[in-house]
Amino acid sequence: MAKKKTEQKKWPEKWHEVTPGCMVFEPGNAANYKTGSWKAQRPILDTKKCIKCGICYIFCPEACIQEDTEGFFQADLGYCKGCGICAHECWPGAISMVEEEE
Amino acid sequence: MGKRIGMEVGIAAAEAVALCNIDVAAVYPITPQSHIAEHMADIIHDGRIDAEFITVESEHSSISACAGASATGARVYTATSSQGLMLMHEILPIVSAMRLPVVMGNANRAVSGPLNIWNDHGDIMPQRDSGWICLFTENGQEVIDLSIMAFKIAEDPEVMLPTVVNIDGFQLTHMIEPLEFPTQAQVNKFLPDRKPYATLHPDNPMTMGCFNMPDIFTETMKAKDTALWNSKKTIVKVFNEWGRQFGRKYNVVETYKAKDAETLILTMGSMGETASIAVDEMRKAGRKVGLVKLRLWRPFPVEELRAAIKGCKTLIVMDRAISFGGAGGPVATEIKSFLFHDKGRPRIVDFLMGLGGRDVTVGDFIAMVERAKNKKDETYEYYGVRE
Ligand code: SF4
Ligand code: SF4
Repeated sequence: MAKKKTEQKKWPEKWHEVTPGCMVFEPGNAANYKTGSWKAQRPILDTKKCIKCGICYIFCPEACIQEDTEGFFQADLGYCKGCGICAHECWPGAISMVEEEE
Repeated sequence: MGKRIGMEVGIAAAEAVALCNIDVAAVYPITPQSHIAEHMADIIHDGRIDAEFITVESEHSSISACAGASATGARVYTATSSQGLMLMHEILPIVSAMRLPVVMGNANRAVSGPLNIWNDHGDIMPQRDSGWICLFTENGQEVIDLSIMAFKIAEDPEVMLPTVVNIDGFQLTHMIEPLEFPTQAQVNKFLPDRKPYATLHPDNPMTMGCFNMPDIFTETMKAKDTALWNSKKTIVKVFNEWGRQFGRKYNVVETYKAKDAETLILTMGSMGETASIAVDEMRKAGRKVGLVKLRLWRPFPVEELRAAIKGCKTLIVMDRAISFGGAGGPVATEIKSFLFHDKGRPRIVDFLMGLGGRDVTVGDFIAMVERAKNKKDETYEYYGVRE
């Protein structure tokens, strides 16, 4: 079997487009897959309380929190699954989880 | 023909694999497979082949180590039996889903409980849905031949699927038989180096064993199922190639005096030899009895089976495993299902026999053919059970 590049399309749609073993040849392409729609709650940062310690950044299992130019740690809501771990771990209580609106 | 030597079949299985230029073996010993594990370890320890023997703490680890090694492009072998195969169960469908051509020898043994170390097919049958190519052997020579062929089948770019070679525990593993080995040069010619479709390497990052959401899982499963069905073409091709090079011809369904038979016995594994003697005896007595042997169990060789049983009136299926509370033994159940719509299909009689090492003699086969005559329904029966 020749090494086919089926990666032109973002995902295989039909069964015969699935690569053998579902192998993925494009490193880091999980970034193409937005998981933000999964969440039922979103983290809201209160910059007055935040001490910029980066604990939320370390604990976020989605690795979707990044430091912005002012040194605050912000969740990328395109990937954030709303697990609430950042809010739980933030000991100054700077993150609150609020319900997603329809 | 080469020189024949007397050797125990378990040892011969390891010797055959040693001819295959393997890179890694990860084998955890378990009766009646232990001689394969021990001898494989000896061969590698003694430096007879350039391979790594990974000592693992369980069969779950041995198959996992094999998967990892195979993903790097290595040629990999493992062997197990019974409880060991049950412990591998979780990993088996992952190996096939990742399309890793691992080869395994399975010394068929009953599954606990009660604890029983002797032969039946109760260990492999629960693995039938795991997506592996599944072959059965009848004697020591077939164990050598099919163990070598298994690598060529599994690694074919059209296949890329793990393959298990079933070797009846004790009945085969512990028999000393006259065996003929191909030479290293002959095996090298038959079995070139593995050319992996892809390999895990830090210089070339990629993902194997990815995650599937509900929107793609069904497509992935159909792709895997299709790959397994398609593998039959390659299996037949490799059998033919072996036949041309070594003069021993293999078929996915083997027959013996089946052409004009009104009654056919269907077996898998070592009992086929005993059944053939029973067929000879019944033929001598003027009875139209023949034998069909399934060499390939997955993918199921349905067309070849149809051709082999054409015209017979009664098909007696010897099931060496039980599906408790189910429709019958796994082999008969599948055959009934495949033939359900066939007009003029034979009556199918299902005997559960040879369980947990109980001998099945020539006389038993003759008695089963006799019993099958009067059996009215097609439900299964425990042959020889004390009532
Ligand atoms: S854990 Fe809380 S305080 Fe620390 S950086 Fe994150 S939001 Fe700010
Ligand atoms: S809610 Fe969970 S996923 Fe979202 S930013 Fe916080 S830790 Fe990360």
